[in-house]
Amino acid sequence: MLEINNLHCQIEDKPILKGINLKINKGEIHAIMGPNGSGKSTLANVISGHEDYEITKGNIYFKDQEINELSPEERAHAGVFLSFQYPVEIPGVTVTNFIKTAINESRKSKGQEEMPSSEMLKKIREKASLLEIDSNFLSRSLNQGFSGGEKKRNEIFQMAMMEPELAVLDETDSGLDIDALKIVANGVIKCSNENNSVLVITHYQRLLDYIVPDFVHIIMDGKVVKSGDKDLAKKIEDIGYDWLKKDNS
Amino acid sequence: MKFQEKLLDSFIAFEQDIDLLSPIHIDRKNALKRFEKQGFPSKKDESWKYTSLKSIIQKNYNLSSKSDKSVELRDVKEYFLNDLDSFKIVFVDGIYSPFLSKTTHDGMDICVLSAALSKDKYKSTLKKYFNQIVPKDQSLASLNTSYTKEGAYIYIPKGACPEDPVQIMHISTGNQESIWLQPRNLIIADKNAKVEIIERHQSLKDHSVVTNSLTEIYAEKNSFIDYYKIQNDLNSATLIDNTFISQQRDSNVSVHTFSFGGKLTRNNLNFYQKGENIQSTLKGITILESNQHVDHNTLVNHEQPNCESHQDYKGIFSDRSVGVFNGKIMVEKIAQKTNAFQQNNNILIDNNSKVNTKPQLEIFADDVKCSHGCTVGQLDKEALFYLKTRGIPEKEAKALLTYAFANNILESVKTPNLKRRINSLIAKKLGVNLGFDL
Repeated sequence: MLEINNLHCQIEDKPILKGINLKINKGEIHAIMGPNGSGKSTLANVISGHEDYEITKGNIYFKDQEINELSPEERAHAGVFLSFQYPVEIPGVTVTNFIKTAINESRKSKGQEEMPSSEMLKKIREKASLLEIDSNFLSRSLNQGFSGGEKKRNEIFQMAMMEPELAVLDETDSGLDIDALKIVANGVIKCSNENNSVLVITHYQRLLDYIVPDFVHIIMDGKVVKSGDKDLAKKIEDIGYDWLKKDNS
Repeated sequence: MKFQEKLLDSFIAFEQDIDLLSPIHIDRKNALKRFEKQGFPSKKDESWKYTSLKSIIQKNYNLSSKSDKSVELRDVKEYFLNDLDSFKIVFVDGIYSPFLSKTTHDGMDICVLSAALSKDKYKSTLKKYFNQIVPKDQSLASLNTSYTKEGAYIYIPKGACPEDPVQIMHISTGNQESIWLQPRNLIIADKNAKVEIIERHQSLKDHSVVTNSLTEIYAEKNSFIDYYKIQNDLNSATLIDNTFISQQRDSNVSVHTFSFGGKLTRNNLNFYQKGENIQSTLKGITILESNQHVDHNTLVNHEQPNCESHQDYKGIFSDRSVGVFNGKIMVEKIAQKTNAFQQNNNILIDNNSKVNTKPQLEIFADDVKCSHGCTVGQLDKEALFYLKTRGIPEKEAKALLTYAFANNILESVKTPNLKRRINSLIAKKLGVNLGFDL
């Protein structure tokens, strides 16, 4: 699904990723952990095509196609989704209208007709209930005045609507209380199947109790320094990252 | 001959056409004298520093036109708000078109100034209101006053309220290559009256039209007036809008200005608060491109205590367009407990557009709340990235963010039909289908 080979990237001449290798197969859930400033969010942004980050070396392949030069919208149309750590507020555009626009733009890019309203409404209702979102919420302006939990729930609602093949969740758990965390995690689990993949970026092992990863990778100073299974996340939670620093040096 | 001289010389010819015994004729003559002395404003005038009329007044214009009865409803229908059978006052090349209009004298006066000037029963009202709040030191206002002949006349008596918005439409046919129009409007809402008004200037084809319009608005005690200016003319049109609003106690007046078109537009919008507990609202959305120029020059004069004013202007500029905002708030010594708010936020879509924004506060009272702020920025890159990761292409994403930026101005537009119309004008102006019913 996703293959990253020796990826180097920089922002304003400052190198951040220094040779990332990562392979995610169809149906797998991967988690990335690492201390602050290690390059986790950068990796999420680069996968989605953020234009501020310059790839200086290496390649990103999505479904066996190199996507280094694709724009964020082209990647979205191909099936990449990024759940934001800090979703943007858009006053005057309701959640419903926003998601309609997003879905129909993707369909348009594939030469498909707009989704019929009845089908759209049915889908919205179905996915909203999955995330325990009520209908008032859907007619509010996107993210405007939303609590932290509502913002994250709305991100996963968008993911559920867009049905991406690769979902990158950037610190979707930060700022969530345990009830909100369960709802969000449950939404992700229900959407994941053998045909799609999830990349979870997190500081805390807590989310991984609910979204159980097949693989866990530790990033430090722009490189994957250790990969393992879910027990690696538990170890990090218990003893931190220091032992990896020594290992690495 | 310079155009300014033509304006002065043509007055004699103009006098052939009007009632010289009318009590307002002395106002005309005095105003002409002032204009002769003042001349057109130049960049030396502080309030005209960023807007030049030089290239406009170098040209020559016809000052009068023949009545054109060939304009049919179907030619202009799209510029009206809806097909509703509401009151309309329509002028074609400055001449009233009874055929396109729907006026009334039943329970209220929604008609034309020439009719009010010609009838005795309006004498006392005209005496009380005509030219009472127009400052003597503004030359363009003087020029308009000197050529007072035609315009909208609206008088809503005590407690009355027309059901639908009244539409004032100035159509310019382009029958003459260049024309200078000077509509003069007088609008009065008596005690407890309520009225909504939509004003629009529209050219039917590219030609050189300059409109130097003057509107006096009087809001008596506890009256409500919502005034909407839709400025979406062709790129060959120039509009100088002089609006003066006098408010009595407990009245509430709002003016929304939507500037999406025209070559050059100057809005002189002046509020005078003459009583206590007054609300004044000034809002605007300006979306410009291709060398267009819009200048908002506002004044709110807080003359009495316990009043509020709220100004919020949003501007979006691209492709060598220029925006100017010059907002003055004056709080007189007795105007304690004034609450005045002013905000002007702008987005420059590209590097070759320009905004000059200048708030001006003069406060002589010591117990007031006044705030002002202005920003000039660009679309938020992170927000753009967010939309793009949702599969929304760059152009649509920019339009959506631009729409979101301006959106709060629309919240106070009360008529749903009008709100929809403004929304669709915005979508058209941004060159996109925003993808949903606005």
